[in-house]
Amino acid sequence: MTPSPVQTAQAPLDALQPAQRSLPFAPWQLSGLVVGALLNHRPELQALGDAANAPPHKGAPRAPVLQVKPRNTLCGPGSRIEVPASGVVLGVSLGLVLGRSACGLSVAEAAQAIAGCMLVCDVHLPLASHYRPAVHARARDGFCPLGPAVSAHGMNLDDLHTQVRINGELVFQGSTAERMRPCAQLLAEVSAFMTLSAGDVLLLGASHGSPTAHVGQQVSVGMEGVGEFAFELVAQGEGA
Amino acid sequence: MKTARVVHAGAIHAATPHEAGLQLANGAVLAEHQVQWLAPFEVGSIIALGLNYADHVKELAKELTVTAKDEPLVFLKTPSSVVGHRGHTRRPDGVAFMHYECELAVVIGAPARGVKAADALQHVAGYTVCNDYAVRDYLENWYRPNLRVKSRDGGTVLGPWLVSADEVPDPQALRLSTRVNGQLTQQGSTANMVHSVAELIEYLSRFMTLLPGDVILTGTPEGVVNVNVGDEVECEIEGIGRLLNTLVAGPA
Repeated sequence: MTPSPVQTAQAPLDALQPAQRSLPFAPWQLSGLVVGALLNHRPELQALGDAANAPPHKGAPRAPVLQVKPRNTLCGPGSRIEVPASGVVLGVSLGLVLGRSACGLSVAEAAQAIAGCMLVCDVHLPLASHYRPAVHARARDGFCPLGPAVSAHGMNLDDLHTQVRINGELVFQGSTAERMRPCAQLLAEVSAFMTLSAGDVLLLGASHGSPTAHVGQQVSVGMEGVGEFAFELVAQGEGA
Repeated sequence: MKTARVVHAGAIHAATPHEAGLQLANGAVLAEHQVQWLAPFEVGSIIALGLNYADHVKELAKELTVTAKDEPLVFLKTPSSVVGHRGHTRRPDGVAFMHYECELAVVIGAPARGVKAADALQHVAGYTVCNDYAVRDYLENWYRPNLRVKSRDGGTVLGPWLVSADEVPDPQALRLSTRVNGQLTQQGSTANMVHSVAELIEYLSRFMTLLPGDVILTGTPEGVVNVNVGDEVECEIEGIGRLLNTLVAGPA
């Protein structure tokens, strides 16, 4: 079994004590829906260079590139996440927590619809291609640890420092800046075709050069003003 | 057993088929149009297959590089895209090609992790019909099929009935058909799936725990054509149900 996956639609924050919840108003509970932006960090697209114009892509992305992190991927701080021998990429992302329904919003309205934020690690297997959704690499059990709480934000979400430590050693530093679509713009463009609701989480997306980690390693991720948490990577079958 | 979830007089009810339409758990008999139809189960993760019918692969062959027995092409959709029987789906203004996809939807009833194909159908609660719409104008070759094509509001039509697995002895022997304004446009058989229902459960449960309420949309056969605002699209699967949807106008 896997690391305490969240098995109901409304649970990620259930296990938390009220004192740990720093958002003083609804939504107390996440809905369980996590949608995330991919290739949203400008340097990542720049690094693709001409490959973005070559087959199979035949041109840079036009609309936001998105993924779904389904409920089997959701788990909390302290989880033991099963990973194969290939290791995993640790994509630290800001999670935007919706405070109300978001449908067809302007950028200004989208900024108002973000009730809070949380720290999310978008874990995935190393990928050779961005052509297909690669669900087998991105939607594995436990591949979306998040937490420990939703923070009511009053800060500039588009310039937050992030870091990753593996076995205590600082291996990566990034930030939420330099996005193709900053927080409010991303939400506005997503809301044009997909209604998000209170408690849904929209991931701003990881930074270029996110680090890789392997079985047996302890990972700690952090984001300035938002939170930090740790988890452990274990071999297949050793998660429970 | 066939069950539905409907809204009537301000409450959500369980319903069963009746010769006049449907019957609520409280005994009331109603015509189909007298209720609002919800998806017939609480929808968890929506796991969809592309290119899972040999004939549809052939239909798209000129733009594809896959061969039939590659790894299944899986993509995910959000539950927010779901609408029920007789619902409306928005056709964005100005697009040239939006099409339906009639699909057998497999609803998980018991958690499945590391399940072998031979045992897989024991994890199925039942089946329903899905119309898995796509707006091809929005296709991009990044994580294709991308969410803007597939996971749109109203893009996943489910229902009308959840048919329990015991009433479907062989999910690989069901005829599918689609009619647009009464005219037959798509025909196929689940016998032509590249990866069978049992094989899909084995494949998916290798890396993800399937949970009750998760649904696998198993792909569509050849015969997808453009639909327009005002069209009534009727997806039918033999023994499972006949699912109606109407296209309405809306912003891109």
